[in-house]
Amino acid sequence: MSTRSVRTGTAVPLRRDDVDTDQLSPARFVPYYRPDGFTNILFADWRTDPDFVLNQPQYQGASVLVAGHDFGTGSSRESAVWALQGAGFQVVVASGFGDIFRGNATTRGLWTVEVDHDVVERLWREVEADPWLPLVVDLTARRLGFGAGECPFRIDEPLRRRLLRPGDRIAETLLHLAEVEDYESRRVVP
Amino acid sequence: MTGHRTLAEKIWQDHVVRPLDDGSDLLYVDLHVLHEVNTPRAFDDLRAAGRTVRRPDLTLAVEDHNTPTGEGGREDLAGRRQRDLIRANCAGSGIRLHRLGDPDQGIVHVVVPELGLARPGMTIVCCDSHTSTLGALGVLAFGIGTGQVEHVLATQTLPIHRPDDLAVEISGVLPDSATAKDLALALIARIGTGGGRGSVIEYRGEAVRALSVEARMTLCNMSVEAGSRAGLVAVDDATVHYLRTRTGARFTDAEPRWREMRSDDGARFDHVVHLDAAQVGPRVSWGTNPAQNLPLDGRAPSRSDCATEQEWATTQRSLAYMGLRPGQPMRDVEVDTVFVGSCTNGRIEDLRETASVLSGRKVADGVRMLIVAGSAAVRRQAVAEGLDRVFSVAGADFRPGAGCSMCCALNEDRLAPGERAASTSNRNFEGRQGKGSRTHLVSPRVAAATAVTGRITTPQDL
Repeated sequence: MSTRSVRTGTAVPLRRDDVDTDQLSPARFVPYYRPDGFTNILFADWRTDPDFVLNQPQYQGASVLVAGHDFGTGSSRESAVWALQGAGFQVVVASGFGDIFRGNATTRGLWTVEVDHDVVERLWREVEADPWLPLVVDLTARRLGFGAGECPFRIDEPLRRRLLRPGDRIAETLLHLAEVEDYESRRVVP
Repeated sequence: MTGHRTLAEKIWQDHVVRPLDDGSDLLYVDLHVLHEVNTPRAFDDLRAAGRTVRRPDLTLAVEDHNTPTGEGGREDLAGRRQRDLIRANCAGSGIRLHRLGDPDQGIVHVVVPELGLARPGMTIVCCDSHTSTLGALGVLAFGIGTGQVEHVLATQTLPIHRPDDLAVEISGVLPDSATAKDLALALIARIGTGGGRGSVIEYRGEAVRALSVEARMTLCNMSVEAGSRAGLVAVDDATVHYLRTRTGARFTDAEPRWREMRSDDGARFDHVVHLDAAQVGPRVSWGTNPAQNLPLDGRAPSRSDCATEQEWATTQRSLAYMGLRPGQPMRDVEVDTVFVGSCTNGRIEDLRETASVLSGRKVADGVRMLIVAGSAAVRRQAVAEGLDRVFSVAGADFRPGAGCSMCCALNEDRLAPGERAASTSNRNFEGRQGKGSRTHLVSPRVAAATAVTGRITTPQDL
């Protein structure tokens, strides 16, 4: 169950660090962009291994991905976010994110929740022990709940506010068009 | 607003249209650069919202990722579709496009400085993480996603939170055996793929001052591999000289403003990292992220090199993917392919270094060596200097075209599954150069020496 400020779901424990955007969205799929066509590309190469965690039946239907440090490093390809969303993920919990990926995730409404690595380790253990354990991500309170456990998480304030108040960002900027034009009239071309 | 400001702070403050109520700023974009891969949805969404490109005069597009670089034919169909899209989108919006075959075509980050379009104090964004390259010219330049591309197309601005300032102070003198690529790899090995997260790196110190402008581009290019969106180098005589050769008679009155593009003495950085260039030698990556690299004299890591079980598990995964044994000497690693090119090492100085090692030598039997100029202009210069003959006599394939080629597996140049390359590109991720590919990141000199022996080698070993 999800609201604008709380998302709840079961999780997949992805025991990997440095998950780069080439894994999230392998290059060979990138040119085939269709907003509705990114359901089967997430971790396409890792998924060929039947033992890969996303292939396990107990994790089907999960909407939270729990990974290690530096998730989403590498290329700026926004298809990394589309691929996660196409696979049903609404939240990624990790002990650090690539900056560009995190911005892209926010643009498209995918929540990125940063916690300490020991929290990640604990989540991995608890979810492996109970794959049906619901995780509750409260963006207003900035808290992550899991069974009996609970902890705060980190997210930059502009990102958090954007996620709580999605909308047409371009329309908001165009409200300030007169200021943009004023800036342009004063601008010295470097 | 004045006082002791960092270079990044100066450029940022010069470009704030208005502060936003969430703590970020609406930042003005001086130049918006596009390529064919990450832009189709931005144009689709722009049209669907009934909007148009606000400043096509401040927008430039280049075909690079999908472009074939070989002789005719063998065109990648998905790439062809993306080229058709960017051509239609640019034509429909009045955006200048350097398409395949155009004399100014090439990799965006190579072409933009060549054309004198990146000048100190500018903000430049592009749908590509290696936009950080342009920071070598005192430009605040960074990669953005497709949704942000749409925002910049519609408004010429970007709502964005100001990053921290990270000073990377590089003292000492870089040994003759090492290059800017080795410096970049050494830094990333030190601070990790997330070490620069949330920050703009300013590269400072005598070792940076001693680098050519092109070498500074290599350094800034790989900032993103250290987790930073942008890298910067302060303007000095070398920068101004470079800009003069690129801008000709234009911007003659801009030089005093360019020279202000340096951090003030006493400017405060949020984070500082020190590196001694004298300790840096030729390096090579052993694993599947750019931080997993070591001195070329070294051995692939073993259990005893890892501090934690988690690190050892990660290390074992990378070793298994790369087909390396724990403790294997890197000099014993044999390669199938050598690739010289990319926005990291596809400029003329890189091709000169490659040629200086290949001159009078041959590429080893059974090794394929691919050399791809970063731009059509770089290729013309290489031919004018006779480098093409050196490559040809050595048995390397110096491609007639320019583009990203084997860096990104988005065109006809890919490694086969299990194939191993020494590559001057920037990422050794799993599958980066083709599904199942194995990549060792190296400098152009090490790439050339490796081509000669067929195993990871420095020029000094020859």
